[in-house]
Amino acid sequence: MAAILEAKALEAYYGPSPVLKRISFTVEEGGITAILGANGAGKTTTLRAVCGMVRTTGEITLAGQRIDGKATEDIVRLGVAHVPDGRGTFVDFTVEENLRIGAYARGDRRQIAEDMERVYGIFPRLKERHGQQAGTLSGGEQQMLAVSRALMLRPRLLLLDEPSFGLAPLVVQEIFRVMREINKTDKVSLLLVEQNAALALDLADHAYLLETGTVVISGTADQIRSDETVRKAYLGY
Amino acid sequence: MDAFLHQVFSGLAAGGIYASVALALVMIYQATHLVNFAQGEMAMFATYIAWALIESGFPYWTAFGLTVLIALAGGILIQRFIIRPVSNASVLTVVVVFIGMLAIFNAVAGWVFSHTVKSFPSPFPSKSVLGGLLSAHELGAMGITLVVLIVLYAFFKWTPLGLAMRAAALNPVSSRLCGVRVGWMLAFGWGFAAAIGAIAGMMVAPIVYLDPNMMSGILLYGFASALLGGITNPWGAVAGGFIVGVLENVLGAYVIGTELKLTVALVIIVAVLTVKPSGLFGKVLVTRV
Repeated sequence: MAAILEAKALEAYYGPSPVLKRISFTVEEGGITAILGANGAGKTTTLRAVCGMVRTTGEITLAGQRIDGKATEDIVRLGVAHVPDGRGTFVDFTVEENLRIGAYARGDRRQIAEDMERVYGIFPRLKERHGQQAGTLSGGEQQMLAVSRALMLRPRLLLLDEPSFGLAPLVVQEIFRVMREINKTDKVSLLLVEQNAALALDLADHAYLLETGTVVISGTADQIRSDETVRKAYLGY
Repeated sequence: MDAFLHQVFSGLAAGGIYASVALALVMIYQATHLVNFAQGEMAMFATYIAWALIESGFPYWTAFGLTVLIALAGGILIQRFIIRPVSNASVLTVVVVFIGMLAIFNAVAGWVFSHTVKSFPSPFPSKSVLGGLLSAHELGAMGITLVVLIVLYAFFKWTPLGLAMRAAALNPVSSRLCGVRVGWMLAFGWGFAAAIGAIAGMMVAPIVYLDPNMMSGILLYGFASALLGGITNPWGAVAGGFIVGVLENVLGAYVIGTELKLTVALVIIVAVLTVKPSGLFGKVLVTRV
């Protein structure tokens, strides 16, 4: 299988010293890769680095094309959707306007109405609230909206920053079910960042464990799950 | 009663102009969080361009359309070449740039077109309408203001570009993640503000006559309107424009006399800033510290 996303010796900076220290990782075409780690390990920064939101060195390729150093909006236009930390909701926009802005960078305008119906089909709750200001939605609904907004781009690669953060278990289950479905039926590759390792390893085929900006363990989800350190420190049994 | 109605109606007519200027101020405020002090002089300069076009033989509406386009392009260029380089600078730096632009536009207009007061034509017939309540020009100017507002509303509500411009002003980080070219959206915002200002300038010039200082008072009224309506809310600013227009006229006629009319604007500015800084329809800003 070819890689859709490949990072080599990636470093990321907010200030003078690197937050990520020469990390390398891949997301297979049609695969799901999870990046695990504690607070401050550099998970969010990894996603930001892929999207050109922080200063980086090293190499990032998307389907063979170098994207490091490109502007965020140009990377997005290549089909990379990002559900950011904090969800990035346009709180003053209605639900529907949030979905429309998600589809802004797409060329095929005619398909947009169809796709909107589709995400309303996936999350009927959003359809009920389509005219409502997004800032008035509950946390779970906002996360559904964030995922939907990303899907409106029809991405090849979807980056998800802690989709389970602060949500009720039932909502988390629903969102993870949807992501699995999108990955299967639409062949969208996923790069997922999670603190909840058990949840992420259930979904992912490959995983990387980050500790203070370095990859300490990597492998298939099964290998990681059976790793002694991961089991003790992150899975808790 | 008739005299009072007359004051109210000409207040509404002036209010339409203030509303346009206020709207232009709000558009730039949304993007930069600063009040563009050069807004009035940009409008004045555009009006001179319209005057030059009309003088060189263009029919009024052609000159009007060309001026709007030139102002739009000019606003975009100003953002790209003057404002963008200082976009990360401190507030004072940007304010100084605004004031510098004010001085430059004012001086260049005087230098190129001379400081002598010129008359500027109105596209509307010179007679009174509605039983003498308004001049045809005042009614026409109100009509044009309304058309501008409706077009802008539709643009921002329903077109993808309008949505992207709003998104870029509200949440630049998320907008980039949706593929919106935020820098260009801000530039378009400047272009739109300049174009709206140009229309306001062309509508007010037949009343106040054309000279390099013609917008200075109007900018104050526009600023008072934007503050009164809430500088974070474009439609509030428009409402503020009409309220200020009527207040200024009625108070000027019956209470304080026409010489002190501009004081109304200043009192409104000070009162809003001290009593209710968010304005009548603005959002109260809460910042997490």
